[in-house]
Amino acid sequence: MSWFGKLVPSRIRTEAASKRQIPEGVWSKCSDCASILYRTELERNLNVCPKCGHHMAISARRRLQALLDPEPRIELAADIEPVDFLKFKDSKKYKDRLVQAQKASGEKDALVVLQGQLKGLPVVAAAFEFTFMGGSMGSVVGERFAFGAQTALQEGSPLVCFTASGGARMQETLVSLLQMAKTSAAIAQLRNAGLPFISILTHPTTGGVSASLAMLGDVNIAEPRALIGFAGPRVIEQTVREKLPEGFQRSEFLLEHGTVDMIVDRRQMRDRLASLLALLCRQPSP
Amino acid sequence: MNRNYLDFEKPIAELEAKLSELRKLSVDAELNISDEMELLETKSRSLTQSIFSSLTPWQIAQLARHPERPYTLDYIERICTDFQELHGDRAFADDNAIVGGPARLDGRPVMIIGHQKGRDTRERQRRNFGMPRPEGYRKALRLMHMAERFNLPVLTFIDTPGAYPGIEAEERGQSEAIARNLLEMAQLKVPIICTVIGEGGSGGALAIGVGDRIIMLQYSTYSVISPEGCATILWKSADKAPEAAEIMGITAERLHSLELIDSVIEEPLGGAHRDFRAMAESLKAVLNETLEALSALSLDELLTQRTQRLLGYGVFKQA
Repeated sequence: MSWFGKLVPSRIRTEAASKRQIPEGVWSKCSDCASILYRTELERNLNVCPKCGHHMAISARRRLQALLDPEPRIELAADIEPVDFLKFKDSKKYKDRLVQAQKASGEKDALVVLQGQLKGLPVVAAAFEFTFMGGSMGSVVGERFAFGAQTALQEGSPLVCFTASGGARMQETLVSLLQMAKTSAAIAQLRNAGLPFISILTHPTTGGVSASLAMLGDVNIAEPRALIGFAGPRVIEQTVREKLPEGFQRSEFLLEHGTVDMIVDRRQMRDRLASLLALLCRQPSP
Repeated sequence: MNRNYLDFEKPIAELEAKLSELRKLSVDAELNISDEMELLETKSRSLTQSIFSSLTPWQIAQLARHPERPYTLDYIERICTDFQELHGDRAFADDNAIVGGPARLDGRPVMIIGHQKGRDTRERQRRNFGMPRPEGYRKALRLMHMAERFNLPVLTFIDTPGAYPGIEAEERGQSEAIARNLLEMAQLKVPIICTVIGEGGSGGALAIGVGDRIIMLQYSTYSVISPEGCATILWKSADKAPEAAEIMGITAERLHSLELIDSVIEEPLGGAHRDFRAMAESLKAVLNETLEALSALSLDELLTQRTQRLLGYGVFKQA
């Protein structure tokens, strides 16, 4: 707060949150280079800063819209919804957290799965919604992912998944951990059937999601400068008691260490995926 | 007795101290106080029984991490013959936090893989406190594939605080190593029996924990995150670990009632560390029984059931 702000009595100060509500969405600021951006233009650019190329967060639905052909699109397992089966309560009840997250994100849980086409090639595409409890994986995420994989299996189509997740959802405890095994088993089935699974790791992908489905792509793709790792940087810093090297656990670091196959700009993702999947499915070039 | 007593065992420790004093006295002074001693022994036993009949999840978590608790190699030594420890992932290094190799269980060849903790400071460091690096999981996977090739059932013993969160571990693909094991274990063509013998710490445990039967020892724990970690995130304070242990439901009993594990093996009075041999015997009996049951299945049945089990995990509603 500026010196002037401090002089103004708190009662008549306008808080940042309420300030933001007034010019709803005309201007936006790049979270990296701080350029002021016209929001419509930013959205057209898939939330990639036109000035510096920084990839900002994008909703699961927007991502899938940008990936798939406009028609046909069928949402899968939308009727699967979360329950607080353990009556989990910390400072807040899990039940209340769910309601809050549903309101804030407009989604029932942290994964959206659509069946559709990518330049004419039938695909099943899933995307994590990070604004829903940090994209954490609980029963619904696991079931929707497995259902998507099952549909791909039945249709003989490839599966793609965009991850953005802090890991397993603590409020569903061990059941969340077991979703790692569940999603991995679903991918194993695709593998046995000779169907490609492409994993696109976006910012951030860590913990149980990173250590299961996200790393199991026949091809692993990362968005530029995404944080990707098993343990979060803070945990590692506390464990090893040293400063982490610059760029540690970023996409470029993972490419260098052989963990991901390529880094692809979000704006080229549709073209690159279409080309890649057509190759793996032995289809003509799209 | 030089036992390492936990805080909640203090009353037992005091009694036992008195007992050992009396024992010494009776030898030194040639006094006949056997009646008193017997009385105290009975008292100690019933005190232990009463304390252990109502342990909190946090107390169980401490037992699961007890410094004297039997580790993988302690069990192998007691339940197996012909154990041949195999080393290395054939790519980078040998990780001492995971041990494994073929052995015989009552004559039957099996492949054993388990986390290994250290008993003293030096060994603890050598074993990295039972926290594997990617090469540990890759060694485990190599042994599993070997088991598949030679048709040996796989027995895993889980006892880890978690996968190691270090710089090099990340560089070498900790996430990938864990994920790959989950995928490969889902379709490995031999029976897999997983037993949590101590701490089942998150993804680091699950990476050798996918199988046809999941068994837990009575005072072992299995959870998505350590109670301290959960408390730090949800309450911003590791001091709330006892509460976190409570709500997370990390104990064998609770997880069994939630039908997330298949069975619980009862521990000797006071915990597995009080009687290695008795614990090993119960474990061996259950493993034999389970192997017997699984070997009755055809490969197709085995894999179908495993896939169904894995895909069946989860609680949700269908609107």
